[in-house]
Amino acid sequence: MSQRLRLLLFGAGALGLAVVLAWGFAGLPSFGDFDGRYGKVLAHSAVPQIKATSAVGATTLDYRGFDTLVEEFILFTAAVGVVVLLRVQRAEDEVPAEPEAVRRPTARSGSLRSVATALVGPVLLLGIDIVVHGHLTPGGGFQGGVILMTALFLIYLGGAHMNLGRLRPLGAMEASEGVGAAGFAVIGLGGMVIAGAYLENFIAPGAVGSLVSAGDLPLLNIAVGLEVMGALLVVLGEFLDQRLLMRKGQA
Amino acid sequence: MSFLPYAVAAWLLLVGLYGIVTSRNLVHLVVCLTVVQSSTYVLLLAIGYRSGATAPIFADIPTSRSVVDPIVATLTLTDVVVEATVAALLLALAVQAHRRFGTLDPNEMGALRG
Repeated sequence: MSQRLRLLLFGAGALGLAVVLAWGFAGLPSFGDFDGRYGKVLAHSAVPQIKATSAVGATTLDYRGFDTLVEEFILFTAAVGVVVLLRVQRAEDEVPAEPEAVRRPTARSGSLRSVATALVGPVLLLGIDIVVHGHLTPGGGFQGGVILMTALFLIYLGGAHMNLGRLRPLGAMEASEGVGAAGFAVIGLGGMVIAGAYLENFIAPGAVGSLVSAGDLPLLNIAVGLEVMGALLVVLGEFLDQRLLMRKGQA
Repeated sequence: MSFLPYAVAAWLLLVGLYGIVTSRNLVHLVVCLTVVQSSTYVLLLAIGYRSGATAPIFADIPTSRSVVDPIVATLTLTDVVVEATVAALLLALAVQAHRRFGTLDPNEMGALRG
């Protein structure tokens, strides 16, 4: 199909889609007038009921906890999928799974390496802060997990190993991913045993606004944080190995 | 300007689709798909907005204060996670395609297949 015909077809389809979209949006409440009762109830019961000041965190991990459990497993499955896709290929090419350690800096620029190394500590702290305050302020396991992944990735950028050597032990990353995913499910079981329903909040909520409050929400946030960090590092590590393999092929 | 957020969502969707249709590189195509998906964030958050309301975080505001819908924020969070996983899987497939066909251009891939 020629590029022009393709554009013509797309134009016709997009025009139709735009009309249907405009029709659908016309039926939505006008911007700012939304009056969903369910959301109002959740927002205003997070503090009295769960003692969590972040209604988004309470909704994610408590009221819609089951959805978040499945969401965690989506991430887990996708990370496994990436590993399977890329490792099969490695086996085909009969290249050693871990290229031998090459002792040279990751980045040529010395200033990049210094800045990356200097940022590791603060970013790591920020990530932990975002994870453990997930039930109080904006943040939580998903957001904090991504920041934690960044901190560990900065170690790679500032490091001297092409393949991260012992700094990216794939086994530990996979373990972190697995422990995080399983931790969420196990905490849910705790709710079933103690409070009578799966993922029911089974720990005393404590005082509003304190670090240890909102029952099992901080634990769930930590589990999610470990899972997200592990999954992203596994995925990034696999892609990095691909780059190394390609370089090897060119040499 | 009550229609503006919806218009932005529609525009992101259509411009992302245009990118996918005309893409000459699989990595570029995956990025275009993330643009399409970002239209759903704008749509979800626009639907949950209430005039004069603030974020549903009660750390420093009274609980009686009017806030935007926390459910759409949670749904958007799920959306972001799904987008990240889809992008990772598609990029892994792009690596595979490059190995097999020696190119990332979808048009040339068809020609190589015959």
